Amino acid sequence: MRAATPLLDVRGLTKHFPLKASPGNKSGVVRAVDDVNFSVMRGETLGIVGESGCGKSTTARLLMHLINPTAGEVIFEGKVVGSRDLPMKEFHRQVQMVFQDSYSSLNPRLTVEASIAFGPQVHGVSEKEAVKRARDLLARVGLEPARFAGRYPHELSGGQRQRVNIARALALEPRVVILDEAVSALDKSVEAQVLNLLLDLKQDFNLTYLFISHDLNVVRYISDRVMVMYLGQVVEMASTDAIFASAKHPYADALLSSMPSMDPDQRTEAPPISGDPPNPINPPSGCRFHTRCTFAESVCSSRSPQLTSIDETHRVACLMYEANVQHPRSRVNVLKVAA
Amino acid sequence: MNASLSIPAASVAAIEQSPGYWSGVFKRFLRDRVAMIAAVVVLVLVLLALFGTYVTPADPYQSSMLKRLKPIGTEGFLLGTDELGRDMMSRLMVGARLSLFMGITPVLFAFLIGSVIGIIAGYTGGWLNTAIMRTVDVFYAFPSVLLAIALSGALGAGIGNALISLTLVFIPPICRVAESVTAQVRSRDYVEAARASGANAFAIIKTHVLGNVLGPIFVYATSLIAVSMILASGLSFLGLGVKPPEPEWGLMLNTLRTAIYTQPWIAALPGLMIFITSISFNMLSDGLRSAMDVKQ
Repeated sequence: MRAATPLLDVRGLTKHFPLKASPGNKSGVVRAVDDVNFSVMRGETLGIVGESGCGKSTTARLLMHLINPTAGEVIFEGKVVGSRDLPMKEFHRQVQMVFQDSYSSLNPRLTVEASIAFGPQVHGVSEKEAVKRARDLLARVGLEPARFAGRYPHELSGGQRQRVNIARALALEPRVVILDEAVSALDKSVEAQVLNLLLDLKQDFNLTYLFISHDLNVVRYISDRVMVMYLGQVVEMASTDAIFASAKHPYADALLSSMPSMDPDQRTEAPPISGDPPNPINPPSGCRFHTRCTFAESVCSSRSPQLTSIDETHRVACLMYEANVQHPRSRVNVLKVAA
Repeated sequence: MNASLSIPAASVAAIEQSPGYWSGVFKRFLRDRVAMIAAVVVLVLVLLALFGTYVTPADPYQSSMLKRLKPIGTEGFLLGTDELGRDMMSRLMVGARLSLFMGITPVLFAFLIGSVIGIIAGYTGGWLNTAIMRTVDVFYAFPSVLLAIALSGALGAGIGNALISLTLVFIPPICRVAESVTAQVRSRDYVEAARASGANAFAIIKTHVLGNVLGPIFVYATSLIAVSMILASGLSFLGLGVKPPEPEWGLMLNTLRTAIYTQPWIAALPGLMIFITSISFNMLSDGLRSAMDVKQ
């Protein structure tokens, strides 16, 4: 297989949650994820950021097929997930997920070892072999098997539980691990340890990560590329360095510059984005960000921007970067001159 | 970081086994004084039900016209005699068997059937859930006493039919509890994680759902034993359950009601037994419920 083939290719992924009709209110849908396209390359870490309610976690659940998409498909190594080429069960062996709530994601009635050994047994590994694998993985994530294998989740700290969850995800020997706010609930010091563990594991097991977080510092630390989402859509996608140095989309720019600087002289006085994100039940027409955008013009409320490549790796969905759009602040020519 | 990852040589040592969930529940239960008293009372009642016939002071079926309605404390009849001159104490002891049987059996069957239906409804959700739960709701429209009487009446008198009708009465409430507990557990991340590992519904229910729902359903079912006893007594009282001369507390309450003006204390004795039994089972299930609450 050519190196250019993405490991995971997401095409037109859409999830509309139906709303129940009530008197005086026609039934509608919550557009949680709307026509999301992206691909993940082998061995990279793709960070997904955005404010709460932007569809990050729904995207993760759609990817895992824990909920059924309204439209769109996921292609893994060139094979459509759920087709005859790649049955769902096989896909689940290849792609695993770590959840945010370390406590709720472990069965309180099972020992740590039994929780980890469950997955392999589903895939036909003998109980003895699965338990052995569970103990090896416990050691690998920094929990001494002799002390921890027989314990129950309530006897562990948050950091230890999250290590168990990571071990459980790895028990199926997956290629891709989706980390949905996996370190967000941990103390800063523990978070750093778990992040470093994740980096070590990635190298040792040749993993590909999808790292979903609202914590920009963490995303910057761990990701190779970053994807910014707003109201169920991708607004910008670029390498971590490029996007943190100069985000093109006004939302991405405002979001990333909202990171407080460590240097007091560097602190910006410029106001971040004001207001709350609009309701995803009735998203704004045209560009969904135009209600809060400082550069919004009349064209923004009538025309939906498309993800446009501005160089090989940098893609942005903003009318200012789209050719043949009458936006007074169009940057298309500026970019051309620079090139 | 890397230092903590290196595995010490001692890792081949025996795996430390933590005391499990149930041993914690047992410990907490032992500390609950009220629940322990209730447990002792229930134990005594169960022993009476099993071995009562062998230790009765007199023959519970031996009637005597001369010794009718003797008061409590009469020589040879510690708790007096009933309207046919039979020893009350013996009859109450032997009556424990049928009364407990009528209390526990329907709940047990309803627990088995209701749990299965409720867990299926709660786990699958969607239209199947709606279909099952709306059917259950239909049964809820009837008061349980009325439903039990109507079903027993339709099926005909007798212990077997009374058991069937009581079982049918208890399936809907148990089913509803099972459904709501299962729906809760289903939304937990560990069930999501199990689904994400590619496990099918059967494996997930067996490993991840059952262990977390059976406890709460069982506690609820325990509290129904008292209701079942009272309903069964009611059926016997109406002549739809146990037939005379078998001693059963509800039936005894019925036959002794003519003596309520002459020997009120004796007439009240079977009712007292029903009260003690039902309150003990209630206390027991309350104690179980709080012992199973991990948050304590």
